[in-house]
Amino acid sequence: MAGMVPDQTPATSGDGYRRVVGPLLLPTWAMIGIFLVVPVALMAVYSFLTKEFRGGVDWQFSLAAYDQFFLNRGLFGDEPPVMEWTYITIFWRSIWQAAVATALCLAIGFPTAWFIATRPANTRGIWLFLITIPYWVNLLIRTVSLKFLIRDNGPLNEALMGAGLIDGPLPLVNTNLAVQLGLFYSYLPFMVLPVYAAVERYNFAYSEAAADLYASRWVTLREIVLPIVKPGIVAGCLLVFIPSLGAFLAPDLLGGAKTFMIGSLIDEQFKGSLGNWPFGAAVSMILMTLVMIALLVYARSTAKGGAA
Amino acid sequence: MSDAIDIRRVVKRYGTFTALHGVSLTIRDNEFFTLLGPSGCGKTTLLRMIAGFEDVTQGEILLFGQNIAGLEPDHRPVNTVFQNYALFPHMSVLDNVAFGLKMKGMAAGPRRARAGKMLEMVHLSAFADRLPAQLSGGQQQRVALARALAPEPRVLLLDEPLSALDLKLRQAMRVELKQLQEDTGITFIFVTHDQEEALTMSDRIAVMSAGHVQQIGSARDIYEAPVNRFVADFIGETNLLEVEVASVQAGMARVVLPGGQQVTCPSATDTLGRHALSIRPERLSLIAAEGDMTATVERVVYLGTDLQLLMRLDGGADMQVRIQNSARTDVPQIGARLGLRIEEGAARLLAD
Ligand SMILES: Nc1ncnc2c1ncn2[C@@H]1O[C@H](COP(=O)(O)OP(=O)(O)OP(=O)(O)O)[C@@H](O)[C@H]1O
Ligand SMILES: [Mg+2]
Repeated sequence: MAGMVPDQTPATSGDGYRRVVGPLLLPTWAMIGIFLVVPVALMAVYSFLTKEFRGGVDWQFSLAAYDQFFLNRGLFGDEPPVMEWTYITIFWRSIWQAAVATALCLAIGFPTAWFIATRPANTRGIWLFLITIPYWVNLLIRTVSLKFLIRDNGPLNEALMGAGLIDGPLPLVNTNLAVQLGLFYSYLPFMVLPVYAAVERYNFAYSEAAADLYASRWVTLREIVLPIVKPGIVAGCLLVFIPSLGAFLAPDLLGGAKTFMIGSLIDEQFKGSLGNWPFGAAVSMILMTLVMIALLVYARSTAKGGAA
Repeated sequence: MSDAIDIRRVVKRYGTFTALHGVSLTIRDNEFFTLLGPSGCGKTTLLRMIAGFEDVTQGEILLFGQNIAGLEPDHRPVNTVFQNYALFPHMSVLDNVAFGLKMKGMAAGPRRARAGKMLEMVHLSAFADRLPAQLSGGQQQRVALARALAPEPRVLLLDEPLSALDLKLRQAMRVELKQLQEDTGITFIFVTHDQEEALTMSDRIAVMSAGHVQQIGSARDIYEAPVNRFVADFIGETNLLEVEVASVQAGMARVVLPGGQQVTCPSATDTLGRHALSIRPERLSLIAAEGDMTATVERVVYLGTDLQLLMRLDGGADMQVRIQNSARTDVPQIGARLGLRIEEGAARLLAD
């Protein structure tokens, strides 16, 4: 047996299987190491270093980045520390913007996914393809285009005024709404695809059984369909919410000073001599920690719900 | 007795394919009515139209005298035990059974109590908290039954509800279902392709084939007096012989057997000429002397309680004979030439 070449070993026999798969897993471990562990470790380390004035860091331990985030010591840093609200406000605003964008994506994405999943099997591929086509264009270009569409003398406002629905242009650019629209447009397919996958697997015999047992359409949706396709919805919401939270293109291009978000804050710390690498790293760490805690809380709550 | 369901010349087309060709049936209140037929004959289609999941292409369906064409499924006093169960995968067994009651607005307390009772009835009380995926096929089927019965529908539609059970359990469930139907007085429309199931449980049976109803009647009617080849062949086993009709009068025909002898038998036709004669294998007896026909034993198949003899008539046609396998039976030798006597009421002349 020892001399046997691996590809003759039946894949089901435990030892042989492991012997073959072990080396084959190397690329996976390499991927995880290079693209996940190393960057996150670097970020964690940098957040505890000292800022260097031309950008970059001095290799000297410091809590200054976290201090700057949470505490306000006055303009010259000599007053007694009080709570710093600036960055927490930015966090809160970002969470709100991302939540609205996620809700928008769900409101539009769920019916879209439902529509595609209920088409005849041979046409679903075409619909999915159509959904993805706009996303072949670079995100920057799409976001700028959106700005052109909604600006004061853009096609949307011109059309509305032409139709006599409004007297002056709607001030859309530089508002929260514009940012939310931008995020919604950026991440919509991340909602549609997982929800589609879940609805496509849904067995419509359950809906018939519910109707047979006197459930109306809405009740069937609420009591049967949504709980069964929930994993797809949760996946879609995460895939939209998390990148929305850290997005900076849409807020930068479509928003203004009042819509400043975490992504832009981090982005600024790594630009030119005005940046602050340790602070950018610290903000990223705090954001990541928050997201992880939220995910853990969610996972625990569903694990409990499933067992009850 | 009033009519629970009146199906009038119902046609169902899927595109160019016609699944039902003008089916007419009347099902009485409190009746155990069975739709029996081979796979693909349209049994499920008919059931789904009664439940409201399929549109009726032509014709109409009356439920207790009311045309239900415009009624959505959730407004029909009809529950279904689905062929694939369709238990809600995210709900416990108890919640599945209680679902219909919840939809009818029953409060949580009485609802759980009644669902518990239903589970007791199908012997699944111990499984109330499990998810459907944690049950065997047979257990799932019984949950589906309890779920459909819980809201006390006026009509229960059962689409092959016993098909996933093993023989022993199936036989036990047949008795229980029949008992349940008599106790509750609910009209049962039971779909099966298992003729034994149909014969043992039903008040009346509709035999279907290829979208047509071939015959409606009690188990005895259908077995003893099949109207055509399909019914005679599908229900039980039979020998079909091409015979010449010598005379026919008042439902009795005199026919010429392949050997030349003549017998008189009940007839489903009143025309002369060549027709099919159906003879049940268990109603032929073997005799040493010349009988109504003479045949040679070609094979003997051991079936346990019975012996099945495959014989060849002198005229060339094949003939099956079934004899009881008692201790005193002397097993015929292969190649033996024996006489066959057609017992009283064993043969019937068919219409086509
Ligand atoms: N949605 C549909 N589209 C096209 N043809 C269909 C559809 N549903 C059923 N049929 C056809 O209608 C015929 C009757 O189907 P049905 O399901 O009623 O058969 P059945 O008698 O219940 O068979 P089984 O015993 O296998 O369940 C079949 O030939 C089937 O292929
Ligand atoms: Mg069927």
